[in-house]
Amino acid sequence: MKYLFFAFFLICQSSYALDARQLADPIQQENYEILTKELRCLVCQNQTIADSNAELASDLRRQVYEMLEQGKSNDEIVLFMTDRYGDFVLYKPAFKGKTSLLWIAPGVFLMLGLLIVYVFIKQKKSTSKAKSADQPGNLDAEKQKKIRSLLDKGDLS
Amino acid sequence: MLKYIIPLILFMVLAVFLGIGLNLKPSEIPSPFINKPTPYFSASKLDAPEEKLSPADLKGQVWLLNVWASWCVSCRSEHPVLNSLAQKNVVTIIGLNYKDDSVNALRWLDSLGNPYNTSISDLEGRIGIDYGVYGVPETFVIDKNGLIRHKQTGPVTEQDVQNVLLPLIIKLQAES
Repeated sequence: MKYLFFAFFLICQSSYALDARQLADPIQQENYEILTKELRCLVCQNQTIADSNAELASDLRRQVYEMLEQGKSNDEIVLFMTDRYGDFVLYKPAFKGKTSLLWIAPGVFLMLGLLIVYVFIKQKKSTSKAKSADQPGNLDAEKQKKIRSLLDKGDLS
Repeated sequence: MLKYIIPLILFMVLAVFLGIGLNLKPSEIPSPFINKPTPYFSASKLDAPEEKLSPADLKGQVWLLNVWASWCVSCRSEHPVLNSLAQKNVVTIIGLNYKDDSVNALRWLDSLGNPYNTSISDLEGRIGIDYGVYGVPETFVIDKNGLIRHKQTGPVTEQDVQNVLLPLIIKLQAES
């Protein structure tokens, strides 16, 4: 069982596409890793180019690598990619007119949800208050007496 | 009454959104190149590697850039459509032979027919990257001034030719 558990974790390890490139400068190497994890592979759309084994992903990794070697900044490389593939190539799209809905919508839906919950609870509370007037504990003395007498009489039938 | 109408309205709104979602084609990514100049390249011709072709050579004519490869399965289904478009002789068709082996590519043209005025080689896929190619086949329509006016991802069908490409080509031919 223990081994099975261990094997499970081995399988779960995130896989990276194999063509390890090593840049001489550790900072550039770090940038390489950051960039390839931010750029989407357009063939298999739910993978980054770091994860994907698609040919295009490998070409784009090469492109990132070469541009870093040429001393290009991360922003320049991201611009290079969006010029060619559009915002879609970014896993984290920039905030602008076209993508604003993408960024704002989750917040709006959260607010909407909270509002609905609030209204719902409020309604529940007010109806339960109205109902509680009819509950046995809150009956006035006169009603109690009436019930008592009805119950006493009821024994006969 | 309201109790029944509200869920109905909610359902209808949801249905509309789901309907829109069904008709979206998430694999078709809008091209950022529409109405932008063609990216520069100077590429070897497939059948004559010592000769080069660049977009500047095609200025003044409407042309299609069709990205293809002999390893690409959908290109095979697209090929007859391109052949019949080429026979109409209304537009220059340039083939971008993408990440292919030249021998295989030439053999493919020999056996299936050659709709291209010229094919150029992009052995490493670099021109492909400059044109934002992410799936073969892709087709770009380029006007007389070298602006990309339309892009289609995926195989061109006879319907696409009749409904989209030909009308656009005729319109662009009329432009100066």
